[in-house]
Amino acid sequence: MALSPEEVNHVAMLARLALSEDEKTAFAEQLTLILDYVERLNELDTGEVEPLIHILPVFNVLRQDEALPGSSQEEILSNAPLVEDGQYKVPRII
Amino acid sequence: MDLYKLTVHELQDKLLAGEISSEDIVKSLFSRIALVEEKAQAFITLCEETALEGARRIDQQDEYGGIKGIPYGLKDLFCTRGIKTTCASRMLENFVPSYESTASKLLNEKGGILLGKLNLDEFAMGCSTEQSAFFPSRNPWDWERVPGGSSGGCAAAVAAGEIPFALASDTGGSIRQPASYCGIVGLKPTYGRVSRWGVAAFASSLDQVGILSRGVRDCALILKIIAGKDPLDATSADIEVPNYCAFLDGEVKGMRIAYPREYFQHWVTESIRTAVMKALRKFEELGAIVEEVSLPHSEYALPAYYIVAPAEASTNLARFDGVRYGLRDDEADNVIDMFSLSRAQGFGPEVKRRIMLGTYALSSGYYDAYYLKAMKVRRLIASDFAKVFRDFDLIVSPTTPTTAFKLGEQIDDTLTLYMNDALTVPVNMAGLPGISIPCALDDGLPVGMQLIGRAFDEATLLKAAYAFEQNTDYHRLTPVPGGGINE
Amino acid sequence: MSKEFETVIGLEVHAELKTESKIFCSCSTAFGAEPNSQVCPFCAGFPGALPVLNEKVLELAIRTGIALNCEIPEYCKFDRKNYFYPDLPAAYQISQYDQPVCINGYLEIDLDGEIKRIRINRAHMEEDAGKLVHQGDITTTPFSLVDLNRCGIGLLEIVSEPDMRSAREARAYLEKLRSILLFAGVSDCKMQEGSLRCDANISVRPAGQEELGTRTEIKNLNSFRSLERAIEYEARRHVEAIEDGEELLQETRTWDEEKQVTRSMRSKEEADDYRYFPDPDLPPLRISRERIEEVRRQMPELPDVAQERLVETYGLPHYDATILTTTPDYLEFFDRVIKIYPDAKVVANWMMSELNKYLNQSNLEISDCLIKPENLVEMLQLIDDGTISGKMAKTVFAEMFNSGKRAPEVVREKGMVQISDEKALSAIIESIVNGNPKVVEDYRNGKEKAFGFFVGQVMKATRGQANPAVVNKLLKEKLK
Repeated sequence: MALSPEEVNHVAMLARLALSEDEKTAFAEQLTLILDYVERLNELDTGEVEPLIHILPVFNVLRQDEALPGSSQEEILSNAPLVEDGQYKVPRII
Repeated sequence: MDLYKLTVHELQDKLLAGEISSEDIVKSLFSRIALVEEKAQAFITLCEETALEGARRIDQQDEYGGIKGIPYGLKDLFCTRGIKTTCASRMLENFVPSYESTASKLLNEKGGILLGKLNLDEFAMGCSTEQSAFFPSRNPWDWERVPGGSSGGCAAAVAAGEIPFALASDTGGSIRQPASYCGIVGLKPTYGRVSRWGVAAFASSLDQVGILSRGVRDCALILKIIAGKDPLDATSADIEVPNYCAFLDGEVKGMRIAYPREYFQHWVTESIRTAVMKALRKFEELGAIVEEVSLPHSEYALPAYYIVAPAEASTNLARFDGVRYGLRDDEADNVIDMFSLSRAQGFGPEVKRRIMLGTYALSSGYYDAYYLKAMKVRRLIASDFAKVFRDFDLIVSPTTPTTAFKLGEQIDDTLTLYMNDALTVPVNMAGLPGISIPCALDDGLPVGMQLIGRAFDEATLLKAAYAFEQNTDYHRLTPVPGGGINE
Repeated sequence: MSKEFETVIGLEVHAELKTESKIFCSCSTAFGAEPNSQVCPFCAGFPGALPVLNEKVLELAIRTGIALNCEIPEYCKFDRKNYFYPDLPAAYQISQYDQPVCINGYLEIDLDGEIKRIRINRAHMEEDAGKLVHQGDITTTPFSLVDLNRCGIGLLEIVSEPDMRSAREARAYLEKLRSILLFAGVSDCKMQEGSLRCDANISVRPAGQEELGTRTEIKNLNSFRSLERAIEYEARRHVEAIEDGEELLQETRTWDEEKQVTRSMRSKEEADDYRYFPDPDLPPLRISRERIEEVRRQMPELPDVAQERLVETYGLPHYDATILTTTPDYLEFFDRVIKIYPDAKVVANWMMSELNKYLNQSNLEISDCLIKPENLVEMLQLIDDGTISGKMAKTVFAEMFNSGKRAPEVVREKGMVQISDEKALSAIIESIVNGNPKVVEDYRNGKEKAFGFFVGQVMKATRGQANPAVVNKLLKEKLK
């Protein structure tokens, strides 16, 4: 079940990864290989099986509604590539 | 004095007896590092100054006990306040967190001294540490071979005597597999036993913080310190932490041990199968009852893992977008290009591969066929284990299908590389605790035996591991830098 | 709007929840702080950070479900909604997808005495994103700034069924929903501050047709008025497009308040695939029936119940009861006045006319009003004991509203005491009547309006302070 170039482009777009043409070809091959490998899961009939979404049989893990100090503005901006007026600066959206 | 050879317990004793100081230990380790690090390439960041400062401060207080004054290493996936945390990725090459992971905070509060941040496969994705964006680490038993992954730097450093123990993470075998390749102890606790706060997430439902050490007793000691409920991690379990060391009495009489036939198939090297069977006979000698069982869905664990883990990873790594920290492409004049170019430059090929795979598996039209299906298979795998644990206390298997392979040997063969985790992945899928301990040498290379326990029953796991260790000599074997064995 | 077409409207409302801390971390939710000063590794999307649910958010969600007559399933969970945007640090929003906390509810709107039920499809919990600041318009700005203070604040998204058929109904729904949320203590619902946001989904179809037409979504509706105007505009646009045979695209549009039109927001990109899946970092929620009862028992009084109470207890018309129960603060004001001054209709009239007028003019909330319940009572008592007339009271009221001074003080300062003394008034009437013999003759010849002239003159002479009843009585006698 080979992955088409359109599909690779689409996935790369969803994942916001700029790939070179070589990378796209390589990934198409490798992903197809892996997807073919995982195909064997269909040998199992899981119609009646409940998915194991949460490992621990735990519910309602809650915390109190209390405001506590977090990071300082300096800390939260300390690794930022570009800052202006205490805010992260990014190029245009559209 | 060759302090680098000592375990945590032995160092603890000497500190309490007043024979050595913490500063002595730190200095001894740095001498050792100076000797072997060029070959081992285990560290990304060394913290010599802060380690010495920390050691001196503790020496001044002159109050030892526990891990006070004892150095450790941390996989560079753990955020350390004020100290660079790279996850072995160009994306975070210069990232300095302002917060500390809970696990390392707990060690620090008890007087542990951080010696440095250790190499790994980028974002914990890999089985050999060759996926590190910076350099591969090497196996102290043979510098031409990989130390395993993703916690290869930690395993190499512990095996080479650069640190007595390290904290690392295990998602599909990342602690146990390197422990097996490097002849040391590697524990992955039950999912939820140790807080994940501050550890960069790879696969949220599979990641667990664990320990690499020389000797089971050290492992038990450290686990007691780092285990427990953390209000910052909703998936950390609110279950009492026993005094694990108290279980290390060397007794396994009457313990019921199972070995699953699916883990002893032809694709596991014969000498490894033989070695583990021999180890099982040792358990029988010590009074345990050993029987073969079946975990019928075992072969489906790896394919299911290779959907679940990349799917979760693809969303966990989406935060690396160049906006608030990490690598940003400066040339882009709009955010979409900025995202795509920054991520393309910041991530290595294996990380990109898994993000692509994971994104695909979650995408519209494929969620049911892949992610949901894999989670259903996951339930079957967990049930297999649950059934066996109704009648048995422990499951034993080889940790890895082979011993450490050569650098570059598997790098182009994705599926073969993934197969290295075939025996360890099912344990993460079921959320159970697993430990790897050395049980043989094969052609001069360590062979690891994996013990798997019931959820939150690390006590039984450690008890059995300790009993085997104390009745054999494999834990005493250490590598000579460049090859050969110290007996 | 062509009679042949029916407008079908559904509303999606986001209400910011009234909690001290954010939904998944302990950062403060306080408004107006320095940028990026109420942020932590979690809400800023740093590696290794994890969410833990705020118990108050869950409580408010349950309260809302009860208030909106919803079914609250025993289990619900959180899912990750994945997309990239600079105001979304983790590049996924923690929300609820296929198992939300509330489903299948409704509320009732009252349009000129007719009650219509608008069904609510679902309500779910999610986290808010940060704030983006542009230089001018989002479409032309060369860069944007990101402030994450708001990121992670708990929201409740409430989605109605497309049961509304006019802009007026939509407005009534939003007003009622706002009222309910305010009474339930769930949110501050301040549309201008963004703690209540509304998006509208509109389509049109030929009257009688069951199949729905092409649907568009409208964003950026910042007031009840923009909601109405935008819906009217958009419905017209749809009808025109259909009648002209033009293609109507299913898209998202933004309401341009200045130009009073909707504009397309579509970018060149394909629509996002959110890749929803259950969030592994958050254990699921189990809401027991006992818990729901507990929340129900502790629920504040809701608007419909309060309205009933006002009608039954005070015999107020339904319309009055509706106005008085617009917000809990408003109702509380009424309740406090009534405790001391039991004439409900009088109080209601003053609140619905004068008080409302000034509050709207100055854009104030009743809680910020300088007139307190006791102050209104005082003023009403001055009317009752004849110190001031009803008309004079309006002036007094205005001064009280602007200055915060109490009624007696205003009356004293302005020398506004009503003149009821017959002797004094007779004297004034005497002089006016004597000075206007022609008008007196007109009146005696049957011209009724002439009476009004004299009253006016007396009021002028007494600067409006003459007691009207006394003036009438004395004038009639005088002019006989």
